[in-house]
Amino acid sequence: MSGLKMPEANRDVLSRRAEIVSALRAIVPGEGVIDARTEMRAYETDALTAYRQMPLVVVLPETVEQVSRVLRYCFDNGIKVVPRGAGTSLSGGALPLEDGVLLSMMKFNRVLDIDYSNRAVVTQPGVTNLGITRAVEHEGFYYAPDPSSQIACSIGGNIAENSGGVHSLKYGLTTNNVLGLEMVLITGEVIRLGGKHLDAEGYDMLALMTGSEGLLAVVTEVTVRILQKPETARAVLVGFATSESAGRCVAEIIGAGIIPAGMEMMDRPAIHAAEDFVHAGYPLDAEALLIVELDGPEAEVDHLLGEVAAIARRNGCTSSRTSTSEAERATFWAGRKAAFPAVGRISPDYLCMDGTIPRKALPEVLSRMQDLSKKHGLRVANVFHAGDGNLHPLILYDANKLGELDAAEAFGADILRLCVHVGGVLTGEHGVGVEKRDLMGEMFNEIDLAHQMRVKCAFDDRQLLNPGKVFPELHRCAELGRMHVHAGALPFPDIPRF
Amino acid sequence: MTAPGPGPAPDRHFRPLDADGVREVVAWAAAEGQPLEVIGTGSKRALGRPVQAAHVLDLSAISGVEAYEPAELVITAKAATPLAEVEALLAGADQEFAFEPMDYGPLLGLEPGRGTLGGMLATNLSGPKRLKHGAARDHVLGIHAVSGRGEIFKSGGTVVKNVTGYDLSRGLAGSWGTLAVTTSLSLKVLPAPQTEASVLIEGLEDDEAADALCRAMGTSAEASSAAHLPQGIGSRLAVDGLSLDRPATLIRLEGFAPSVDYRFEALAHLMKPLGPVTRLEAEPSRALWRAVRDVRPFCSDAAPVWRVSVAPASGSDFVATLRENCEADAFYDWSGGLVWLSMPDGDAHAAEVRFAVSQVGGGHATLVRADAATRANLAVFEPQGAALAALGHRLKAQFDPVGILNPGRMLAGA
Ligand SMILES: Cc1cc2nc3c(=O)[nH]c(=O)nc-3n(C[C@H](O)[C@H](O)[C@H](O)COP(=O)(O)OP(=O)(O)OC[C@H]3O[C@@H](n4cnc5c(N)ncnc54)[C@H](O)[C@@H]3O)c2cc1C
Repeated sequence: MSGLKMPEANRDVLSRRAEIVSALRAIVPGEGVIDARTEMRAYETDALTAYRQMPLVVVLPETVEQVSRVLRYCFDNGIKVVPRGAGTSLSGGALPLEDGVLLSMMKFNRVLDIDYSNRAVVTQPGVTNLGITRAVEHEGFYYAPDPSSQIACSIGGNIAENSGGVHSLKYGLTTNNVLGLEMVLITGEVIRLGGKHLDAEGYDMLALMTGSEGLLAVVTEVTVRILQKPETARAVLVGFATSESAGRCVAEIIGAGIIPAGMEMMDRPAIHAAEDFVHAGYPLDAEALLIVELDGPEAEVDHLLGEVAAIARRNGCTSSRTSTSEAERATFWAGRKAAFPAVGRISPDYLCMDGTIPRKALPEVLSRMQDLSKKHGLRVANVFHAGDGNLHPLILYDANKLGELDAAEAFGADILRLCVHVGGVLTGEHGVGVEKRDLMGEMFNEIDLAHQMRVKCAFDDRQLLNPGKVFPELHRCAELGRMHVHAGALPFPDIPRF
Repeated sequence: MTAPGPGPAPDRHFRPLDADGVREVVAWAAAEGQPLEVIGTGSKRALGRPVQAAHVLDLSAISGVEAYEPAELVITAKAATPLAEVEALLAGADQEFAFEPMDYGPLLGLEPGRGTLGGMLATNLSGPKRLKHGAARDHVLGIHAVSGRGEIFKSGGTVVKNVTGYDLSRGLAGSWGTLAVTTSLSLKVLPAPQTEASVLIEGLEDDEAADALCRAMGTSAEASSAAHLPQGIGSRLAVDGLSLDRPATLIRLEGFAPSVDYRFEALAHLMKPLGPVTRLEAEPSRALWRAVRDVRPFCSDAAPVWRVSVAPASGSDFVATLRENCEADAFYDWSGGLVWLSMPDGDAHAAEVRFAVSQVGGGHATLVRADAATRANLAVFEPQGAALAALGHRLKAQFDPVGILNPGRMLAGA
């Protein structure tokens, strides 16, 4: 692993492997416990393939009771646990630990309850994001957050990463579309949050769980809100001679009070890679391409398409095409949705970054990125969720060339520092994981991080769930917890203090 | 502000001028074990359990908009900035908080417009548009705060897409100032809809209305609010020029004019079999929803009031179950999922309310208006199961280990 420091493996746990495997087999019978190296190979990495590690053992529970007993066993025996969904994390969130149980939730693959009158679906966490839409689309409904990985990624993973998609601009992120969940703490306690009703009773644990990257609890059931599909959706493809004019167009569309269903931008290298791959008819002479999608009743879509076209013209667009059929709209998107694999064809390897910046900083960030590209001697292609300022620079490198992975990582870190420098953040939707863990200090000081860790301590004070992710340094909860009191009795005398 | 002196000093009123001043006061209180009641302007003091604290931490000087760029769809302001001031500023740029934060003032017998942004987040306010747009928690992007440890920390940022670290900003929503004192917050704003109109159908029973609302919400009409005002409620809305003497079922459509017209026709067509459909134009529609938002029908007396959240399709069953055991006035927002209850005999009937919630598949009930003695003696918020309650205690202990921030506000003895 290239310089990544993970928590030191527990020798005692490693030496007790055989005993641990048989104890787990007593909880999850049959093929639910995998300890053969050849079969564990499938779990040694997620979509951040630069990092690999064999787990101690893989467990695939099928019931909440099994999850609870596995976690309790690990808690009692001081064994680390890494939860895993479909393994599509781009930040290494599901990277195994040598001395840790890899807990795959993919056997939790059933939709449990479809409730159209409450517009809610209750599902197990291993169901794919698209699987939820598939279960309700015959009635015209869908689940709105649509990560590009939606055909593969699990809803449990979506909760853990607070995933977004091209339609999050209008319809929100995972956190805005989840109504409730069931989770199991490392102690084995099963807790239900929310349901088909709105708002939390007490602290908003649902908010803390969403985006917690598998460090707080294992999600065993999810309730999401579903929506009726808009009557129509149409997209415009607009080319620009400079990214500045494309950026201004984005700002003016929003300034006109229009929130498109999606608004994506690609730069020249990304346009060319995508066009060569899927032949979507993208303008190859453009420096920047916008895809603006509008949805709703036809009257609204027509009205807004006219406004968007006028704004694009005012900003000097060099080409503009509006989809006239569903097939054409799908083609417009095909290039964007295939941008990652398309870039994968023009380079042996690529690193996908994920910073967010204030929209107005886009031209500056793009031009500084070109400078960085020269500095590190690597090419970069850019796709953005332009509407919400979420950038995905794809850094092209060749892992077989000595030093290129390191150069790519250094380039990526520079890009993320730049994002923070212009008022943005390290990650918009892919999570911190191991990838951005050591950059957390760019955005947060020690006290900020300590307060985040305090949430961890409330859920898992022995730090057995997914350690080594998110936080650059592990502090023992007891060290974080010291507080000097002069007078006055401590409240909650009945609660053990660390 | 002068730094607080050492030793116990009962009944001090601290009014720090900046975040550092807040940190000093909280650090002192933590070191001395002196509980603080945290207030913005105190507009929601009569909500929740009465705080058991000798001293007041008054944030009213921590006020003012720090940054507002309409094209970025975000506003950053200090915690005690009046919500009314911010809403006026947003309106000037044709923008708004889409979650439509309600104003508890009238319900609590105070003049309207006194709340602050910090209080809005601490109580996770929303309004009829929560149905489509979420609550304050869905719109907060970042915060600066002082935890009960007397330490300044930040979370989140000023951009919408952000998953860097735990979502503490959202985590503070609805925590009633018991975990940390927010000193500044960034919130997402959205373009204000160009116009609106509402569908009105009169004469439906509660259960028929629940059906109709859920059906309307299941169409692609993108309604932003859906309410039912049973007989005797509409007439107490006090909206000029609008008399609703019969049960009124209402669905609100917002957006660009041609779109609103089109969606109105589509919904009117769907609803026609239930009775004649009337269109409320933008002005009366706005006034009506504002009155629903602020619970106007229950503002004219002092009877105990509950705010109950259940699954939308269960709202009318909840009320029917409750009425088997006690009398209650009720009306419905959020497509039936938000039930406002007024208890006419003056007793809160907590056991009956909680029983009815449990009978319809769960949810939660909060006693939002009652005299202080009642609020001190009853569980104001929905009681939680043992494991969840213990988790909440552990979270509180992490952020406020000495228990100095608003003790007793959410739970007796905590
Ligand atoms: C080609 C490609 C495109 C992508 N596009 C997008 C995109 O557009 N938007 C976006 O947001 N992301 C995108 N991603 C990233 C990824 O798909 C998401 O982060 C997704 O939510 C991960 O889900 P998963 O089931 O694969 O989780 P995994 O990768 O298995 O795990 C991710 C994290 O979730 C935790 N976890 C998983 N399941 C549970 C559970 N049940 N309980 C507790 N913790 C759990 C793990 O411990 C880990 O920390 C993309 C990835 C790829 C490969």
